This record gives sequence, C-alpha cells and structure tokens, in this order.
Amino acid sequence: MYKRNIYTVLENKNIAKDVFLMVLEGDTSFITAPGQFINIEIEGLYLRRPISVCDWDDKTITIIYKVLGKGTEIMSKMAPGTKLDILTGLGNGFNTQNEYKNPLVIGGGVGTPPMYGVVKDLLSKGVKPTVILGFASKEDVFGEEEFKALGVDVYITTNDGTYGTEGFVTDVIKNLSGYDYFYACGPMPMLKAVSLSTECSGQLSFEERMGCGFGGCMGCSCKTLTGNKRICKEGPVMLKEEIIW
Amino acid sequence: MVNTKVTLSGWTLDNPVIPASGTFGYGDEFKDFYDINILGTFSFKGTTKEPRFGNPTPRIADCTRGMINSVGLQNPGIEAVINHELPKMKNYFNKKVIANISGFTIDEYVYCCEKIDKEDQVGIIEVNVSCPNVHGGGMAFGTSAENVYNVTKRVKAVTTKPVYIKLSPNVTDIVSIAKAAEDAGADGISLINTMLGMRINLKTGKPIIANTMGGFSGPAIFPVALRMVYQVAHAVKIPVIGMGGVSSAEDVIEMMYAGATAVQVGAANLKNPYACKEIIEDLPRVMAKYNIKDLNDIIGKA
Repeated sequence: MYKRNIYTVLENKNIAKDVFLMVLEGDTSFITAPGQFINIEIEGLYLRRPISVCDWDDKTITIIYKVLGKGTEIMSKMAPGTKLDILTGLGNGFNTQNEYKNPLVIGGGVGTPPMYGVVKDLLSKGVKPTVILGFASKEDVFGEEEFKALGVDVYITTNDGTYGTEGFVTDVIKNLSGYDYFYACGPMPMLKAVSLSTECSGQLSFEERMGCGFGGCMGCSCKTLTGNKRICKEGPVMLKEEIIW
Repeated sequence: MVNTKVTLSGWTLDNPVIPASGTFGYGDEFKDFYDINILGTFSFKGTTKEPRFGNPTPRIADCTRGMINSVGLQNPGIEAVINHELPKMKNYFNKKVIANISGFTIDEYVYCCEKIDKEDQVGIIEVNVSCPNVHGGGMAFGTSAENVYNVTKRVKAVTTKPVYIKLSPNVTDIVSIAKAAEDAGADGISLINTMLGMRINLKTGKPIIANTMGGFSGPAIFPVALRMVYQVAHAVKIPVIGMGGVSSAEDVIEMMYAGATAVQVGAANLKNPYACKEIIEDLPRVMAKYNIKDLNDIIGKA
C-alpha cells in the first residue's frame, strides 16, 4: 500500500562526489520492504522524482541520491526543515523470505543505497550476506563503513582501480564460491553481467523514467517472460528468471 | 447549497470532474488513495481490439508545467477489459464509466464499440481518434474531417449508448472536425487530447522519448485547450467534455464557462493522485466565491 504524506528534511549532506544523503522525518508505516521507493514532489518541477529508500525506522526515511539532473540538483540544496510532499511505500521491494543462506548483495553506484536495507533485512532473519559494491572511481565510493558496521564482509570495486579491486563487481564474484543467491541494484550493464555470470537465482532492481510512480500511467512498462510489468508497480525488483535481456 | 450535478446525454453525474483516459488506468491504482465513487465518473484506459504493449521506453519526459508521454496505448485488449477489468471494477466503483476506445482501422473501432456497447457498466463510449502516439494509427483519423465523419457514422450504426468523439488538437481547424463528428451523429465531443511535443537530453543530444515525440499535457496546455473548447462548443449543438491541463476547481469552472458540460482531468492525477478528490472538494468553495449556485448556469456563458 502507498500513501502521500508531508515529510521534513532533517539532514541533507554530501557523502561522495555528487552523492547526497537525506534523512526525512514523517510517516514510515507504508514502507514494508527494502528496495521500495518514494516519489518526491519538487517545487518548480512537474513530475515527482522517484528515489529508492536506503533505510527507515519508526520516524525517519533515509535516501541517498546522486545529482544527475535538475530535480536532484534542487534536492541537493534543500536545507533542514524543508517540507516535502512525498508518495511513499511504492514498488514491491526485495523479498528476502526464502531458504537461501549465503546470498550476495550487489550494489553499483547509486544502486547501492537500497542494498543497505536488504542487508539489514537479511541479518534480521539470521542470514549473513556477502556485500560487493561497485563504483567508477575512488571519489564515488560511499557506504563502505556503514555496511561494514552491520558486520558483513564488504568488497569494493572501482572501474579505474583507484580504490579496492580494479574492475567490476563481477571481477569479485568470479573469485567467490559458496554463494547460493543474489540481490542486486545498479546500472543495467551491471545487472546483466551479474545475471549472466552467476549460476544461482536472484533478484534485480530496475529503473526507468516514470510518470506517476504508482501504476497509473503505464509510463515505465517493460516486457518480461512472465508478461508486461510496470517497473513502478510490479517492480522495481524482478526475478532473474523473468528478465528478457 | 450549490449544485454541481451536470448531465451528459441524459446521464446525470454528481459533479463534472472526470479523470481522463490514460491517466487513471481502470481506477485500480487510485482506489487505494481514496474512494473513487466521489468522481463524476472516469474514462478508462484507451482500449484496442488486440492487447498492446505500446511504445519502447523511455516513454516519459518532464517539462515545464507539464509532461510528455509516449505510452502508445498499452492495454490488455477489449476481451480482457470486458472479461476481467470491468468485473473487477465493480468491486470498487459503483457508477457507470466512460469507455475509451481506440483503433487502427474503422473496422477495429466498430468491433470494439459494438462489444463495449453491450456492457451495463458503460455510460458513454468515448472514441479516441486522436492518440498522437501510434504511428500511422489513430492520428490519421483525428486529423481528417472525412475520416472522423466515417468512423463516427460506422460506430453510431452499431451502438445504442451515447458516442463521444475525442479530438486531437494537432490539426489546423478543430471546428471543422468537430462538426464532421456532429454531422455523422456523434452525441458529444471530448477535447483536447495531448499536443505533439518533444524534449532532447542535453547530455546525449538525443530525444528523451524513445519514439522521439510524444503527447504533451499538463497545466502548460490549459489556455490552448480552453480556446479549442470555446471554439468547438460555440460551433456544435452537442455537449462538450473539456480537458487539457485542468488542475484545479478554478480550471474546471473556466472550462465550463468556455462551453464544457463536464471536465476531464489528466496529467494532474499523475503528479498528485488526489487531484480529482481535491478538485471535487474544492468546487463548492470556488463556486461560492464566484457566486455560482448551479454549474449548469455557466456552461458556455463566456
């Protein structure tokens, strides 16, 4: 279920190159799974901006976003105390109710934030995942300490080798063994590479330009092996087995 | 007390506010935000004979005071609408709906309209001859008075319910097309559909929309829509449903002064899922503010 509410910006800080962490205070009761997203109305822009939830508790929602366009640029300048009109509880999110005991959690760039919620969710179910985070370069890296603080093993890759393992997340995955499942969010080439290079099943989170974010406009549809789906409604998380690459 | 009831071809609506086709699905997503029975009615997603996936993505581009969509009539097809969507709709919507029908040939329009005409849940058939997003399709009908006349005539021959023709603004003379529909026996006119628009991504230098162009809607087109509603309403004797950028109770009243008997709300539903609820709740206040006791008194009085 989804809902519209007014939220107050508590914190909005720069944590990596063009990457910001924002904490919002308000009703969080409609967020039920990691990987769900919120859709933020931004003054002066027509369509809302969908951003995935990184973490949430009884009173706050944490999002991490990268400044890529006009919307995120305006967001990056929002001061604490700013009131925002937000649709919350959107999308299906990752489903961690399964029998897999040794999953990989894979995040690429700004696809990393929702994976923090996934790790917390898995740990609460007694499952300790291995985390692999991929970035372009050292200045883009964020979240390493936060993930490590949860008590999981974290591998970092950078495309240019300026930090962690040089290359892509798949360069780490190929040297790992014993994993039985994966959860992934990141750019399309990463999702495809992860999907094609792993034997096991998994869940992947996709993105698309959206109109409404709640299934009303059919703006973000995609074809899957299990029929047409709306990224915002039946997604953004889909099973590896249903993706048409 | 003010009167917000309006009548379209003998069908009395509690209020003139109607979510526009393509921005409200079959009501399913919106019923989770509010009780959609407060609506005058709604126009369901444009339906074709065969199921359609629609256009490639990206299908959406944000604009100043509006948006472009290039959905391309994604819908499950007329059979699925009749067998699944309409029965499901009964669970949360107890009024009749407007059935929006699209097609690629006159025969397809005729086929779908004849089928949907038999459904008790349908109050009006809205024939969309104006979707800008289907190459060589609906647009060809909507831009030619002769085609609009022919499709209207053929559809009227197989239907008993009121038939409204939904017109495209992407024409040189919308009045002549509205008159062609009226001459062919249309019971009403809906206008306007989206305006053909485009955006380019400055990072790539390429169009944002995969199909290059799409339908521009939202508050930015309101003055154009209002002008066309005014022109058409003053040229035909049949009722007009006005739409295009309507976002507030004030806009609804303005549309009605221009000649609309009822008003559809489109893009606003996507930006704010409560848009129609808020407009309906605000209507009595705005009517009182402008000393309007009965909305019927202002239709076409501009």
